Amino acid sequence: MAKTHNTGTTAEGGAQGGGHGTVFPPMDPTTFASQILWLALTFGALYMIMSRISLPRIGEVVEERAERIQRDLDEAERMKTETEVALADYERSLAEAKSKANGIAAQERARVKEDTDRARAQADEQDAKTMSDAEARIAKSKTAALASVNEIAAETAGSVIDKLIGSKASPDEIKQALASLAK
Amino acid sequence: MPDPIHQFNINKIVDINLFGYDISFTNSSLFMVMAVIAISAFLTMSMSGRSLVPTRLQSLAEIAYEFIANMVRDAIGPEGMKFFPFVFTVFMFIFTLNMLGMFPWLGFTVTSHLIVTAGLAIMVFTLVIVVGLAKNGLGFFKLFVPSGVPIAVMPLVVAIEVISFLSRPVSHSMRLFANMLAGHIALKVFGGFIVMLLGAGFGYSLIGILPFTMAVGLTVLELLVAFLQAYVFTMLTCMYLNDALHPGH
Repeated sequence: MAKTHNTGTTAEGGAQGGGHGTVFPPMDPTTFASQILWLALTFGALYMIMSRISLPRIGEVVEERAERIQRDLDEAERMKTETEVALADYERSLAEAKSKANGIAAQERARVKEDTDRARAQADEQDAKTMSDAEARIAKSKTAALASVNEIAAETAGSVIDKLIGSKASPDEIKQALASLAK
Repeated sequence: MPDPIHQFNINKIVDINLFGYDISFTNSSLFMVMAVIAISAFLTMSMSGRSLVPTRLQSLAEIAYEFIANMVRDAIGPEGMKFFPFVFTVFMFIFTLNMLGMFPWLGFTVTSHLIVTAGLAIMVFTLVIVVGLAKNGLGFFKLFVPSGVPIAVMPLVVAIEVISFLSRPVSHSMRLFANMLAGHIALKVFGGFIVMLLGAGFGYSLIGILPFTMAVGLTVLELLVAFLQAYVFTMLTCMYLNDALHPGH
């Protein structure tokens, strides 16, 4: 590189200069004007490039990504709400179906019970009728049998009398006698 | 021993004189121009795809963007985003200049010159005053009158506040300048030790491992400092701008 800045003002500032009696270079006022000017120029240029070109570009991408993520999150949120609504719907219809099923079951049970009751009542009635018929038949047979008993008794009594006393008694007499005995 | 100060020399590349002022294009100017080109090239190339799913380079550019954008939002608030390009430029410029100073042989650190950091600090200081007055009018001076202070000690507090406000550009510029200067001197000194010990015979060369280890550690530290000081300078810029927008404490 070319000569150092401070060679103009101080005698010893050579290539190895700076240490011996010369101005400490980081604080050398002879370089201030140049450094300040170039600082202003470069900083200004960098500021222009950053604010006009680079930062808007990065900002655009970052913003777009943030927007995209937000949109996706919103979408997810919406779908979640939809799911919740669908779930609630499902649960409500399930509850409805359950209660309906319960109703049907109760109705069916009642109907079956009614049918059974009716059938049983019918059967009972049938039984009672059969029973009473049978009883009536039995009573009739009994009276018939009892009537025959008198006749048989009279006949038997006639035969007995015939054997005992050797004379026939008339049936009317025997009947009279029997009737008086029965009293 | 190599002169540790030599690295800070400013050499003219193109001699320019204007109205008696020496405004030559120097190695310092060259590095500033290089920084501008490097930053612009990086941000332009990395964003050439503008893809929704970023490439490595693009995500690096986006990280830088988000990093500064968040800093501005946190320190100043949403209305501070109009200073975002300025703050971003400040950070990228200082950070790149610090990093360019870390290249061996090439090495020249623009930010190790007081006038550069002072120029940046005064620019921020001026911006704060201009924005503060334009935005709040005389209300800007509420900055010097903290609320809830008893009237008896008010003059003292105001005096302290004014002094602390005026000393801002000094500490703002000195911090960056001194850090870069001291770091590079320390690196050069330890580098010099290695060279001296290597030249002093075999036994001494072995001892040279010690300053070498130190130089490696310092290099890592300097890389950290290069980022950290850029960050600190930018953070303070944000806080000062916040004062300009919201002068009430």
